[in-house]
Amino acid sequence: MSTPSTADLVVIGSGIHGCSAALHAALRGLSVIVIEKDTAGRHASGVNAGGVRRLGRLLPEVPISDRSMNIWNKISNLVDDDCGFQKAPQIKVAETEDEMEAHRERVRVLNDMGFHHETILSQAELRDYLPAVSDHCIGGLASLEDGFALPYQTTFAFQRKAVKLGVRFYENTRAQKVQRDGKNWRVVTDRGTFSGTYLLNCAGAWAGNFAQQLGEYAPVEAIAPMMIVTARMPRFCNAVVGATGRPLSFKQMENGTVVIGGGLRGIASPETNGSQMLFGKLKQTADTAISIFPVMKTATIVRSWSGIEGRMPDDMPVIGRSSTEENVFHAFGFSAHGFQMGPGVGELMAELIATGETNAPIEPFNISRFTTKH
Amino acid sequence: MKTHDVAIIGAGPAGMAAAIEATRNGLSTIILDENPAPGGQIYRSIETVPDQRAALLGPEYVSGRSLAADFRACSAEYVAAATVWNIDAGLQIHYSIAGKGSAQVTAGSLIIATGAIERPTPMPGWTLPGVTTAGALQVLLKAQGAINDDVVLVGSGPLLYLVADQMLKAGNAPRAIVETVPSGQLLKAARHLPKALKAFSYLRKGLSMMRRLSKAGVPVYGDASSIVVEGTNKVEAVRFLSKGKQHRIETTGVGLHQGVIPNQQITRLLGCEHHWHESQQCFVPALDDRFETSVEGVFVAGDGAGIGGAVSAVLRGRLVAMRIAEKNGRDTRLEQRAIQVQLAQDAAVRPFLETLYAPSPENIVPADDVMVCRCEEISAGQIRHAVDLGAPGPNQVKSYLRCGMGPCQGRMCGTTVATIIAEHRQKDIKEIDYYRIRPPLKPLALSELASIESEPTRHTPL
Repeated sequence: MSTPSTADLVVIGSGIHGCSAALHAALRGLSVIVIEKDTAGRHASGVNAGGVRRLGRLLPEVPISDRSMNIWNKISNLVDDDCGFQKAPQIKVAETEDEMEAHRERVRVLNDMGFHHETILSQAELRDYLPAVSDHCIGGLASLEDGFALPYQTTFAFQRKAVKLGVRFYENTRAQKVQRDGKNWRVVTDRGTFSGTYLLNCAGAWAGNFAQQLGEYAPVEAIAPMMIVTARMPRFCNAVVGATGRPLSFKQMENGTVVIGGGLRGIASPETNGSQMLFGKLKQTADTAISIFPVMKTATIVRSWSGIEGRMPDDMPVIGRSSTEENVFHAFGFSAHGFQMGPGVGELMAELIATGETNAPIEPFNISRFTTKH
Repeated sequence: MKTHDVAIIGAGPAGMAAAIEATRNGLSTIILDENPAPGGQIYRSIETVPDQRAALLGPEYVSGRSLAADFRACSAEYVAAATVWNIDAGLQIHYSIAGKGSAQVTAGSLIIATGAIERPTPMPGWTLPGVTTAGALQVLLKAQGAINDDVVLVGSGPLLYLVADQMLKAGNAPRAIVETVPSGQLLKAARHLPKALKAFSYLRKGLSMMRRLSKAGVPVYGDASSIVVEGTNKVEAVRFLSKGKQHRIETTGVGLHQGVIPNQQITRLLGCEHHWHESQQCFVPALDDRFETSVEGVFVAGDGAGIGGAVSAVLRGRLVAMRIAEKNGRDTRLEQRAIQVQLAQDAAVRPFLETLYAPSPENIVPADDVMVCRCEEISAGQIRHAVDLGAPGPNQVKSYLRCGMGPCQGRMCGTTVATIIAEHRQKDIKEIDYYRIRPPLKPLALSELASIESEPTRHTPL
């Protein structure tokens, strides 16, 4: 029987991963508390570019990303909200023959692994999908059954469904210390102490501190990927587009606005929740967008933003058990590409916590990979 | 990149006065203004207005001429037609000059003199073509001498009468004034009257305008509520209750007004603290007694510091410049004290006006079917629904519904959204707060961003 401040599982952080894990744990019958220093989806989960992308993922991520995609395809069944999810081709445009060759090689490797979602587009096929693409683009790599969603709507929907299933969220509550308390785990916050049998660290850019308290080394860097959005434009692009040799993520939303990102970073201040845009750097993003879609010469930017995200040195997330403590788990450091993986990683974390195992290949994401190097 | 002692944004009365005073005190000063000529909204076209138009705009308006002349004569570097689109944490200002690309400037102190905006007046039909604001009607009059000859003025506030009076003098009186001030409000305001008498000239001016309008037979419908602008593709009529009786006035033009509120875009962008001004029913930046914000080196002068009108704006502009001069080692304390006294006297009329012309509740918290965010077409009902789902504040509602994400950057809906959330959650609006404002402050061409000079930025995070 759980009192207000105890549960089977205490999750720190209510980004997409914390909310998804809480929801899936509740589906497995666990009682869950989520502790959030701000509000759900305040940072990277609520303000990312919204790509639901398997295309181009690091090879170890591919199986998990694919598993997550199955959930995305039925997302309404899970959270009673469509999350603004729409299927759309994800395309990486190639500007040189070397880039095309790298894409061909990648498709061969993926096929050998048993994955067939990525395909090569010839120049003619590229133009079929992207009539507005610049003439100098010679082809591309595509995952035609990917898509995009609305990030805040998604994280908010996961939170609401979790609440419906009995998960208790404590927002504006900052976790300070994690401590063992007999068989339980205790989380001391600025608004009281919570305890649970299991502890899950989904604290994103702020997760390193908790790992450290558990005696684990996780060099999380707080980053602030910058994004810009234009005023509405006539429809010219129905795919989510990236470049191969330079940073770009590009999509036109339903309402005609164009969201442009690509990973160029502003200044993140995780202590104050603030981030600062660096327009001198965004110049490069503007250049790339105009060069790949010349129609963007006429675009007007109406807003820019960034959200604080946790990045690991190898750009791979930490997913799995704690290497030092029983009943403690981590899912953080998604390095600016975790949104699509949220539904799937939440599911496998809940499985791992509730049953003690998962068949998902998560070994490459073990937190100890940083310790052994040290 | 150029560096100055002082950078001023906005060349209205506060900005011009600040520039004059700053340069008089030996501070190197740059002033950026969006318009092609100085004056701001209140003294728009002051340097070029023909005498005949100046006469009908009145002596208060004409008094801006000497201010503008002094401003032109001072040594401040004046950049006209400059749209400030970002200020970063290191107080580096990015501005855009129409057709000429972007430039950057920094300064030791920043004076934000971007004034006020008209309070948004959401009501049924307010987005129909033919509906404008009293302020916009006045802009047309000042800049072009243009007057719409078929207008019903709706709302409350001194500007409503001023515009009506100016229209009357120009020979095109408004069809009617529909005033939302409730019966009995004058009684409530009366307790501030003794203090207001210190600034008697304002009251006298107001009374004589009302007399003239009444003499000319302009109908005034008081205690108006349940106001609806009717029309399918454009304005056809205004329907309302006045003193319990239903009225409908056919018209092709409507000028709305519910007073003015500080333009908080820049102070929000810079992360300055704000608080809720109960009497003015708006957010104002938190300022010390000499108008410095919570961010060191950032000052606000003029109506952006809380609504005080043009005379106060000039005084505040001077005061801020003296304060900065003092920081730079010049003793201006005596002069500052003299200005504080004048400011107090000029401000004496405010509590009376603020109580009498408190904005109409049906505009402050509009009904569910009224559109609140015009850019993204989001209604009050949608905002309440988002709150019911659990969105706690303006930023979550914005993320969820996109309200405030359009080209106006939330200027037109921010205060309304915060007020609706506060009312619906039955919380104090201070707890609800406001949108986080993101650059660019004004839309920026992507091609212009692509061509900006890339310069190193100071690492002083917000």
